[in-house]
Amino acid sequence: MSNQLEAAATSGREAVFRVQGLTKIYLMGEVQVHALRGIDLEFYEGEMTALLGPSGSGKSTLLNIIGGLDTPTAGRVWYRGADLTAASEKALTEYRRQHVGFVFQFYNLIPSLTARENVSVVTEIATDPMSAQEALALVGLSARLDHFPAQLSGGEQQRVAIARAIAKNPAVLLCDEPTGALDSTTGVVVLEALERVNRELGTTTALITHNAGISAMADRIIRLADGHIAETVRNPVRKSAHEIHW
Amino acid sequence: MAGQALAIAMVIAAGSATYIMSVNVYEALSETRHQYYERERFADIFANLTRAPESLAARVEAVPGVDRVQTRVVAAALIDVPDFADPVTGRLVSIPDDAEPLLNGIHLRRGRLPQPGRDDEVLVSEAFADAHGLRPGDRLSVLIKGRYRTVSLVGVALSPEFIYQIAPGRILPDFKRYGVLWMTREPLAAAYEMEEGFNDILLGLAPGADPESVMERLDLLLEPYGGLGAYAREDQISHKFLNEEFRQLRQTASLFSGIFLGVTAFLLNVVIGRLVNTQREQIAILKAFGYGNVQIGWHYVQMVLVIVLFGVLAGTGLGAWLGGGLSELYMDYYRFPFLRYRVHADTVLVATLVTGLAAVAGTLGAVRQAVRLPPAEAMRPAPPETYHTSWLERVGFRGRLDQPSRMILRHISRRPLKSTLTAAGIAMACGVMMLGTFFTDAMDEMVEIEFGLAQREDLAVSFYDPTSLRAVHELRALDGVHYVEPFRSVPVRLRVGQRSYRTSILGYRPDAVLHRALDDELQPLRLPDAGVLLTEQLAGILGVVTGDPVEAEILEGRRPRHQVEVAGVVRQYIGIGAYMSLDGLNRMMQEGHAISGAYLAVDRLQRDEIYQRLKDTPRVAATEASDARLENFYDSIAEFLLTYMGFISALSAAIVFGIVYNSARIALAERGRELASLRVLGFTRGEVSYILLGELGLLTLLAIPPGFGLGYLLSAWMVATLPHELFRIPLVLERDTYALAAAIVIAAAAISGLIVRQRVDHLDMVAVLKTRE
Repeated sequence: MSNQLEAAATSGREAVFRVQGLTKIYLMGEVQVHALRGIDLEFYEGEMTALLGPSGSGKSTLLNIIGGLDTPTAGRVWYRGADLTAASEKALTEYRRQHVGFVFQFYNLIPSLTARENVSVVTEIATDPMSAQEALALVGLSARLDHFPAQLSGGEQQRVAIARAIAKNPAVLLCDEPTGALDSTTGVVVLEALERVNRELGTTTALITHNAGISAMADRIIRLADGHIAETVRNPVRKSAHEIHW
Repeated sequence: MAGQALAIAMVIAAGSATYIMSVNVYEALSETRHQYYERERFADIFANLTRAPESLAARVEAVPGVDRVQTRVVAAALIDVPDFADPVTGRLVSIPDDAEPLLNGIHLRRGRLPQPGRDDEVLVSEAFADAHGLRPGDRLSVLIKGRYRTVSLVGVALSPEFIYQIAPGRILPDFKRYGVLWMTREPLAAAYEMEEGFNDILLGLAPGADPESVMERLDLLLEPYGGLGAYAREDQISHKFLNEEFRQLRQTASLFSGIFLGVTAFLLNVVIGRLVNTQREQIAILKAFGYGNVQIGWHYVQMVLVIVLFGVLAGTGLGAWLGGGLSELYMDYYRFPFLRYRVHADTVLVATLVTGLAAVAGTLGAVRQAVRLPPAEAMRPAPPETYHTSWLERVGFRGRLDQPSRMILRHISRRPLKSTLTAAGIAMACGVMMLGTFFTDAMDEMVEIEFGLAQREDLAVSFYDPTSLRAVHELRALDGVHYVEPFRSVPVRLRVGQRSYRTSILGYRPDAVLHRALDDELQPLRLPDAGVLLTEQLAGILGVVTGDPVEAEILEGRRPRHQVEVAGVVRQYIGIGAYMSLDGLNRMMQEGHAISGAYLAVDRLQRDEIYQRLKDTPRVAATEASDARLENFYDSIAEFLLTYMGFISALSAAIVFGIVYNSARIALAERGRELASLRVLGFTRGEVSYILLGELGLLTLLAIPPGFGLGYLLSAWMVATLPHELFRIPLVLERDTYALAAAIVIAAAAISGLIVRQRVDHLDMVAVLKTRE
């Protein structure tokens, strides 16, 4: 996997995900909600992409389908040539286990496990993980290894969550509003951690945010509105995380 | 919620069904007996005598307090049933020639009454008729006064005197080998030279009469005619047995009802408390909308009361149905002409109140906790719960555990009270289940000791009158008889101060090997030359210990009275009585070397021939085979208890299921988010289920050993609180009882786990990403 990654990073333009005509219709009672209305899109190796849009624009649905948590109503998603939309539940579990790192808005740490153990939960089941200490060092938490979530601040908890997501050496890191529950100062520290992971490990990163300021640190900004891609913008220069304020 | 509500309702249903079944069966049987006695004028006082002239009846009737008198002729007989080799003994009872009996009325089930004066027409008791498939029109050969007579069966009848049809001196009914025949008075009196006379008398008392003084007067009147001492209803054999059985049934009922309702109440309290706890957020939202604490509390109380009502209704239905079935089973043994079975409203009320109060208390406790939190705080992202490393890890398990196992341990140790309560509930159900199967072990132990160690004979032969030892030689000469051991049995009333007990003393030889009394080490007791051995129960009833004197009033022959010393106490599980050495007993009787019967070891293959020879021996009054006795033991006592206990076990399993299922569902509600997060991280369904069900599995396994302990204690308590005059239940719990209880607990837990596993498979991973706790 890491060899592949290095190869991809040097070429820079290989698509990790290819999304074609992706449509998702939810049935809320008797009302049909069109979350996605036929989206075409690619994510490239090593790239950091920001998915920007208001609530209900479809960005989380898109991320969920890419992450193997949800299935589309129509359209297809290929991960490195494998059709995720045709995969079985078991295959999707294996896909998440080995290839995807998730970071949630509300951290979702296991309260009964320490920082180190929260990371180990993932490294124990992955095939080629880094050590839990290594992962926590990457997010600057070497001093907090044996703290339980209840003993950590919100920002620290989110950094543990990032360490947990990257420890398996995933091919892709999917972050859904990772700073949504944090204040600006703490949020920047978390974003720095994500930036460092993307830069040092070359992990393809998709970052959902409704904060336009944050999107400045991405290579590319995909603006969603009402289930469509409204606009795709390439940042000529990525802003570094510590320059961002909101 | 539907599944959980159903599981809680199931626990309530199981608890209230046990209570309603147990109490109503007891009520039905005792109410039925009461009505039957009233309807058929069951006598208050009974007496047997050698022979008295009919004119004595008028003098008895004149005794103050006597309302009515019925004289009868009663005799023992041998019955020859076609195609049945075993010896059958019977009791011939006279009925008035052309009138209803004044006391102990006959209830005709089939056929008609014998015609007056006919010496070849009889009624037979229903239990006996059913056991042999006898019908009106069938013929029987009856040995009356040494001569076989063919009689025709004209009807099948019941009597309050023989509701529990059991041969005198026996402790178990045997419908095949003992029957009651009714014949009209005149021909029966003629056969036994009782014309214008009687040998049995029944008295009905006027309201408020004192039975003791009437019996005293009656004894005086009957004394010159060989009266054997009057006895009250309490000593009438069928009534006495029924009393014992009813008493035991009532105690079992209250014991089990107490245990079941108690366990149910406890579980409800715990389960509903936890269920309401999972609703904290909804409670906060309701509070934010402006609902008051009382309104919120009332909302949950209403919800819980609906579940309770549903459970009690189902429990009432189930309990009524099981109780009906159980009563019908009893009706096979207690011969009543009808059954007054109904579900008493107060039992339903008690079940509702107990379960309802427990549930409401659990609900209110949890609601009070939930409403204490200000709504804003409850709706803000909850801080992660505080955890610590568990003590197991601190003592050195740390390195060896994977994270999921670590989560299980920490979860259990974080809330020790909650974990303990869950385990305690499972342990209780496990204990109750053991109580259900414990009786099988106890019955087997009783049989093994009584019929394997103490009473090892194949046949017991008894003679009409005390006989000389020569009879032993005659028996030994029969083909197929290996060994003969004589015994003497004497009816006696033992007295110590105010306490007295009617029983018989069994005299046997000190070197007996077939039939002997055992001590509490199960070794044969050394038989003293003089002095009497008493069974533990009898010693208890009389309040004596080894070395104390007892007055023995012999109830036959010259009826001597003696002071004898209690020489030892016998460990005996079935039956009650006294033992002496054969010589010692004979010396006391001043009758030389007499025997009243013998125990035989025989070749089983030649048994039918032996029976035939014995039937042809006029002296032989009865023959009892040990395997028939065993069969009767299992058929009567064991069947009731085992059926009842079977119901109890099934209901316990329902309780285990209810508690484990609910615990799992609540755990799922409490930890669904955590588990869904792990699924998102790539944990398989199986791995996630392990975290959820592993905790319950561990608690279930941890609960089993204390459950065993509890089961043992409950069984010991049951044995101590259920004394039966004629049976003592040994406290033995075999390995299979433990194994079965554990297996059922684990199976019930596994089934509920599998059902919850289905829900784990459908955890909503997407919702988890967006929602906070």
